[in-house]
Amino acid sequence: MRLLSALCLAISLLLSGAALSAQDSMPPAPYAYRQLDDPDKEAEAKALMETLRCLKCQGQSIADSDAPMAGDMRHQVRTRIEAGESPDEIRDWLVERYGDYVSFAPRFDGATWPLFALPVVIVALALGLLWRRLGRRG
Amino acid sequence: MIAEFGLAALWLAAALAGLQLFAGAIALKGRAGELSRLVRPVAVMQGALTAVSFAALVMLFLRTDLSVKLVVANSHSAKPFIYKLAGTWGNHEGSMLLWVTVMAGMGALIALLERRLPERTMLATLATQAFVGLGFYAFLLFSSNPFERLPMPAAEGMGLNPLLQDIGLAFHPPTLYLGYVGLSVAFSFAVGALLTGEVGPTFARVMRPWVLGAWIFLTIGITAGSYWAYYELGWGGWWFWDPVENASLMPWLAGTALLHSASVLAARDALRAWTVMLGVVAFSMSMIGTFLVRSGILTSVHAFAVDPERGSFILVLLAIYIGGALTLFALKAGSIAEGARFSATSREGALVFNNVMLSAILGIVLLGTLYPLLTEAFGVKVSVGPPYFNPVGAIFAVPMLVVMAVGPLLRWRRDAFARVRKSVIFVGLIFALLLAVLLFWRPMGLLPWLGMALSVPLAVASVLPLRGRNLGHLPLSVWGMVVAHFGLALALFGMAADSALTVEKLAAARIGDSTKVGPWTVTLDSVEPVAGPNWIALEGRMSATYRDKAESSVIAPQARSFWAPPQQTTESALLTRWNGQLYAVLGDETEDGRWQLRLWWKPFVTCIWFGGLLVALGGFLALLGRVAVDLRRRVAVRKIAARKEELEKVQGR
Repeated sequence: MRLLSALCLAISLLLSGAALSAQDSMPPAPYAYRQLDDPDKEAEAKALMETLRCLKCQGQSIADSDAPMAGDMRHQVRTRIEAGESPDEIRDWLVERYGDYVSFAPRFDGATWPLFALPVVIVALALGLLWRRLGRRG
Repeated sequence: MIAEFGLAALWLAAALAGLQLFAGAIALKGRAGELSRLVRPVAVMQGALTAVSFAALVMLFLRTDLSVKLVVANSHSAKPFIYKLAGTWGNHEGSMLLWVTVMAGMGALIALLERRLPERTMLATLATQAFVGLGFYAFLLFSSNPFERLPMPAAEGMGLNPLLQDIGLAFHPPTLYLGYVGLSVAFSFAVGALLTGEVGPTFARVMRPWVLGAWIFLTIGITAGSYWAYYELGWGGWWFWDPVENASLMPWLAGTALLHSASVLAARDALRAWTVMLGVVAFSMSMIGTFLVRSGILTSVHAFAVDPERGSFILVLLAIYIGGALTLFALKAGSIAEGARFSATSREGALVFNNVMLSAILGIVLLGTLYPLLTEAFGVKVSVGPPYFNPVGAIFAVPMLVVMAVGPLLRWRRDAFARVRKSVIFVGLIFALLLAVLLFWRPMGLLPWLGMALSVPLAVASVLPLRGRNLGHLPLSVWGMVVAHFGLALALFGMAADSALTVEKLAAARIGDSTKVGPWTVTLDSVEPVAGPNWIALEGRMSATYRDKAESSVIAPQARSFWAPPQQTTESALLTRWNGQLYAVLGDETEDGRWQLRLWWKPFVTCIWFGGLLVALGGFLALLGRVAVDLRRRVAVRKIAARKEELEKVQGR
């Protein structure tokens, strides 16, 4: 019994190893390094790609990276734009898969509201400061 | 021996910093007597010792001394000379030693040169500089010793990250650090002035050249860093709103605000507390930037939590210095009089407006940079990037740029809008006209549209202060302002043009195939193997023809493979014309024997960096002007003193 489970483990390890190496040596997906023929759709795809994070890089978008995963994501974005999906739908789909982290455009929700509230506070503070320094004497 | 020598020099320097702080503090209490005379020489000695220590580390790297841990981890005997040299600061410990060296060097310079301030304020300033320095000495000596030896010398070094093996590394970090750490002088002057309560025009005049110097280096550092990222990363991006970039932008924003408010204080004795506050904030931003870059927190909050020693150390330093300075400010700000008053339509009014806008942008960048780290600590990972920074920053940047066009035309204290009405209408008309023309020309995003339309009137407005003035007798500092403001307009134009007009072409080409990108036709002539000192590469030879010109230029991008450490990089090839750059990258070979090419035509992209350099040049002209005026004043004061003495002698007889 123990032998059997050890064998299973070994095989699954082997398989997953093979799968991993296969993934690395596979040629990049067709649209990783190819543009869409329709320039308008390509522009739309490009604009979206610039706002999606390459998950394996540091601070780069998938439009700025040689990482295989960024290439796969570019392929996803281009094929979905080609199929007529809207950029927002594609972003939502990616966020569902990879989490909020993948999108450089933070959404307004329970965790991110200060990002949107604080600029308003800063505007108010700036106006207040200017009013105090300049307004009364104008 | 060299390593031990360097370490000993560092310890001695730290001890002297302790003495400098002690003597300065006692002197402030007014009980120092003889001791207070020690402060200046000690500061100079401390600067010299850190320089010796840094020179020792450079020597170790040049010799590739493989018994030193840092050299083994970051260098390799086969590396070209320039990268052995630059490798000294291309790592954590070395860069922190550079930080401390610059900090102590700046302290030594002000101790040697600065004689205008009341001696008490000067001693408080030097004591503060030593106090801040001590924290970073402790950080180096206790948790990042660059001179640590290995028990057994290694056979070979691990090499330097190939992305860093570029001429950029030789210049980018030293200039950036001179800027970052140069702002420590502003911090020390501000704290010194707070301690003694002597905030006035003299304080601003004394602080200004130091801030200008630091700011020039910071400007060059950011500009060079942006160009480096642009050509090294191989995708044509030049600014990513990456936390590391933001870390250098934040001190620049604060420094820019500080420079402008210091000139109000120097000229008009207004904005006293605000200037002191900005002096504290500017260097605080440098320290926050150092924390972000050096603590490992950016890779992941969890990486930081696993090895928190260095990060926590800097965090504690941040809390002590920033918290301490802000507390001091809160306690003392009330005792600093507000200063002279002015009306809203005046040079001061415009400067105050832009100071507030710059501070607001700083707030946005700080928020967007720190917020993801904060949420990650609570287990929620979010990203904040260009879609956030660009529009939210623009809310403040656009009004600021508009006021920047008008401000230099206004007079100090009080002005009538009617006096500048014609200029404003002229510049406003150009803006409106461009907005309309661009709208009909081609579709583009809101920000590039605004940016391009704004940049031209801004450039025109920047030279308007020269109108009606005798150019031969204009002070250098006015030229400095004009050049810097023009540079900013030029950079803005480059940024907007790059986002609005760039043409991208990804192609898979056989040898002999031609590809069109914008006005260019690029033909792949051959792909050849080439070798460098520590890499091999495939080089794509391409000929590029602009429109239907007869002659073509050869460009040769490379795909390099380094072997120590093993890593691949793309070396883009750039072809520069006056109206833009052709950017070419060689990718992989496809299965059917074609080569992947990435080509961009980027109209006017070089304006970004020329603009940045002009901004720095403007700063340099202003600095030159200020120093010249100061030197002339010193000579005059000395002459008057000599005459007085002579007169007294004559009268005495």
